[in-house]
Amino acid sequence: MSNPFLNQALAGDIKGTGTPALRIARPQGDGQTCLVDASGIFKTYRKGGREVPVLRGVDLTVRDGEFVAIVGQSGSGKSTLLHLLGTLDAPDQGIIQFEGHRIDILPASERDQLRNHAFGMVFQFYHLLPELTTLENVVLPTMISRGVWGYWRGKRELEARGMELLEAVGLAHRRTHRPRELSGGEMQRTAVARALMNRPRLLLADEPTGNLDTQTGQEIMKMLCSLKEREGLTIVMVTHDSQIARQADRVVRLVEGRVTQL
Amino acid sequence: MYRLLLCLRYLRTRYIALASIISVTLGVATMIVVNSVMAGFQQEMYHRLRGILADILIESHSMEGIANPEEVLVEVRNILKDDIAGLTTNVHVPAMISFRLGDQWQIRQVNLIGIQPESYSTVGDFGQYLLHPENRKQMDFVLRDKGYDERMNDRLDEAGWVHRRNRVVFEQAWERQESLRDLSPDASNADSEPMGLDSTEASEDIDSSPTSGSDPFGTASQLGPENVFDPSKEIHTGIVLGIGVVSVRQRNAAGQAQDFFLCRPGDDVKVTIPSAGAKPKPIHSNFTVVDVYESKMSEYDSNFAFMPLPELQSLRWYPGAKNVTSIQIKLRPEADLGAACQKLRDHFPAEIFRYRIETWRELQGPLFAAVRMETNLLNILLFLIIAVAGFGILATFFMIVVEKTRDIGILKSLGASSRGILSIFLSYGLCLGAVGSGVGLVLGLLFVANINRIANAIEYLTGHEVFDQTVYYFQEIPTIIHPITIGWIVAGAILIALLASVLPALRAARLNPVEALRYE
Repeated sequence: MSNPFLNQALAGDIKGTGTPALRIARPQGDGQTCLVDASGIFKTYRKGGREVPVLRGVDLTVRDGEFVAIVGQSGSGKSTLLHLLGTLDAPDQGIIQFEGHRIDILPASERDQLRNHAFGMVFQFYHLLPELTTLENVVLPTMISRGVWGYWRGKRELEARGMELLEAVGLAHRRTHRPRELSGGEMQRTAVARALMNRPRLLLADEPTGNLDTQTGQEIMKMLCSLKEREGLTIVMVTHDSQIARQADRVVRLVEGRVTQL
Repeated sequence: MYRLLLCLRYLRTRYIALASIISVTLGVATMIVVNSVMAGFQQEMYHRLRGILADILIESHSMEGIANPEEVLVEVRNILKDDIAGLTTNVHVPAMISFRLGDQWQIRQVNLIGIQPESYSTVGDFGQYLLHPENRKQMDFVLRDKGYDERMNDRLDEAGWVHRRNRVVFEQAWERQESLRDLSPDASNADSEPMGLDSTEASEDIDSSPTSGSDPFGTASQLGPENVFDPSKEIHTGIVLGIGVVSVRQRNAAGQAQDFFLCRPGDDVKVTIPSAGAKPKPIHSNFTVVDVYESKMSEYDSNFAFMPLPELQSLRWYPGAKNVTSIQIKLRPEADLGAACQKLRDHFPAEIFRYRIETWRELQGPLFAAVRMETNLLNILLFLIIAVAGFGILATFFMIVVEKTRDIGILKSLGASSRGILSIFLSYGLCLGAVGSGVGLVLGLLFVANINRIANAIEYLTGHEVFDQTVYYFQEIPTIIHPITIGWIVAGAILIALLASVLPALRAARLNPVEALRYE
């Protein structure tokens, strides 16, 4: 992807950023510290009275600054694992730790804050809000963390940061467009910019290239790799495409609800 | 922040939701219009009743009435002291009024009231409802030359002495012609008489009714029996008739409501009342209409006839009688009506005096209660319409929540709390309610402000009169806007919209983000 802004914007110090009150320190990946640690994760779904076990004792450790790809067949539970890591769901059994703290048993409000400040999420179907413009979609995480007054006070700075992120993903000229006016790649770039808005420690990407053609998918991958390298951002990505997975530092395969290291 | 932004965006982009609150808008507008019009009617009625009725009425329904009114008045003055603003005595007698129109006798049943003009004007606005301006200044039972048409738009220009003299001339000519021909009256001539020009004959009746010249009671006529009554120069005792008694309100050729007078000031009428006694006998007497009473309360206008009190007392009982049937008391504005009435009741206990002592509110209680019930019923029905609209909002909201399932998942994955999601949809409902009832408020107020123009336009378009002036004695539809009522209506509508959004909002808030994200 021809993205002259990305490196520049993400590598340098982004100025004029409104830092959230509970801001977690900027990622300083050293490749040693354990950022996420999931052990003995069980998750079972109930469908029509029948129990469908999805995860059967998953153990996964992600070090700070690492780019981990989770691969597996459709239905192998990789998205479920990602949702558990992102506290969108709670495991039936097992412990998930983030920076040494258990996060699977946190109360809902703290999990909400964690998702807002520490995690950035990117989805296969981009998941932008159709009513909002590109820029509004990007600054949405700060809108969520701040009240009306807090947002208006910091509006200029926050929008400046949103614009910088949009510039970084090469979409500054599209800031007033609605998602339906963007192409798939552009939407996914917007989604990545949104995920970075609150300076997350961990980026969770669920099939980020799944809905894109190979070339566009590659552009997104380049962007993720560059984020990892330049920023030391920790990334956990789910994909079914082994070509894509190969670009990660480490690939984890989920088979029948268990992890197989490759 | 995102809550406000999304709420506003949804408001701007979901037209289906706006459509669902149209019924709220219409309900609010209708309620405002109905309440304003009802309040207007009520106020109008209240004012008119206040003008007609005194504050407290002491009535006796016995044949004798109150035989010693002077003593009772003294006691009333002693009891109420400074609270009294006006005091008068009346006699109410059911009576029959007959007058000639063409070759037919017209009969009306009235409530004949004997009044003292000076004191009667101290308890109500009686004088203000008379047609002649002089009588409005100072009521007197004398026939005026002319000038009865001031309020009637020239429809009563022929009235008073002028009319009386013309009629006498006409009648004399008619009689001469009759005697010359000695035949049945020329039918074409009789038919060609316009309705308005009545030929009521008083004393020189061709019917064998008693003439005033030989009035056996000697009361109505100002002449002795040996003198011949000259109707072109003299009148009988004056009587004031309600406009509904003497006229028919109909449409003229142009379709406007108009009063057609069957009998007008200057004409003579025959009054029949029952005498007081164990076996009431009819007492006939002739009167001359000296003015017409128009209070614009059709009940009173078509029932009331007023005449001087002493003459009625003499007719009903015996010459020189002082009996009255009711005492009317007007209190000072600051006086406590209920307390004053209670004092009177305590002093004139019902078991001894058999008086009925009531305030004007109690007397008109059924009327006010009926109007109130009508208003309440309308309000309940209209509010049900808004409540039905609430279910429309509920259904639409569920649709929107289902449609927005994925967006809700996204927001939750970005850290939005359940409460935040809840408040998006609640404030969305609130906004919809506010917009709906706001538009309804504006529509309703505009409608009320232009209600008469709208009524005219509808009348012009459909050819049907919306506000029938032959039924209502108002020139225009009266309206009053009570800000408190409107506040309640708007608040109620907003509350319904808010309540309707609670269930969908709860559903949205409880959505599992994982399920929601998977939703396509």
